Amino acid sequence: MEHLKNEMKMEFLAISTNEGFARVAVGAFVAELNPTVDELADIKTAVSEAVTNCIIHGYEQKEGSVWIQCSIQGRQVEISVTDTGKGIRDIEKAREPLFTTKPELERSGMGFAFMEAFMDEVEVVSEPWKGTCVTMRKTIGEA
Amino acid sequence: MEYKFEKDYGCLMLKMPRELDHHAAEYIKEEADSLILQYPVRSLVFDFSDTQFMDSSGIGVIIGRCKNVRFSGGYVKAVNLNEQIQRVFQLSGLMKIIDVE
Ligand SMILES: Nc1ncnc2c1ncn2[C@@H]1O[C@H](COP(=O)(O)OP(=O)(O)OP(=O)(O)O)[C@@H](O)[C@H]1O
Ligand SMILES: [Mg+2]
Repeated sequence: MEHLKNEMKMEFLAISTNEGFARVAVGAFVAELNPTVDELADIKTAVSEAVTNCIIHGYEQKEGSVWIQCSIQGRQVEISVTDTGKGIRDIEKAREPLFTTKPELERSGMGFAFMEAFMDEVEVVSEPWKGTCVTMRKTIGEA
Repeated sequence: MEYKFEKDYGCLMLKMPRELDHHAAEYIKEEADSLILQYPVRSLVFDFSDTQFMDSSGIGVIIGRCKNVRFSGGYVKAVNLNEQIQRVFQLSGLMKIIDVE
């Protein structure tokens, strides 16, 4: 297969209607790599988790924007999801399965665990009151 | 939300939406809780036959309703999960919390 290179960026309001839009848009963008049904489901779930976190935690359901940058390099997809919300104080703790700061909203603390399970790599950069950027990578068609 | 209550068995069946994310979860929680208050529910069944996608927001929906129904001694199960949803159930440990068919 030829060596693919492609990139896209999008920005949208941090409101819950856009969660579906974001995962479908990223899914459509990576379609040129012919991912399997499972690979596509993995990517959509990971994107949904990252975007939902921006809305619920980053902006605490108040006004804000979410940025997604997505690139394809050969068979690897890289997706960054960024907000300029409240940020994460202790990233290591936040990534632990079942850890949540919003149990009153019935959050289960599984978002990062899913991103890690469904993608090959997950990087989190965050600073309190500056924002959070989650970068995830996955190679399509490995198996 | 589509639902069915079988009086004889006290069984409330809730049809989950096509995509169970944070957006859908908010109204599902509200409607499900009002149905649980309205009917004498002895068993609660989450029907995923129309559902193609679920993320961690769905876990909150299920665990929260479980608590509400079990509080009064009720039973909970989930039926008709596709593969993506089965994986989400497995990874989150939901499989150990409720019966899946
Ligand atoms: N974009 C973000 N901005 C600020 N805090 C965040 C962000 N993303 C995650 N966090 C913090 O990390 C914690 C863990 O996130 P994770 O997605 O794993 O669980 P959750 O969102 O609390 O629950 P779930 O995803 O299961 O609904 C959150 O409770 C929150 O404190
Ligand atoms: Mg989350």
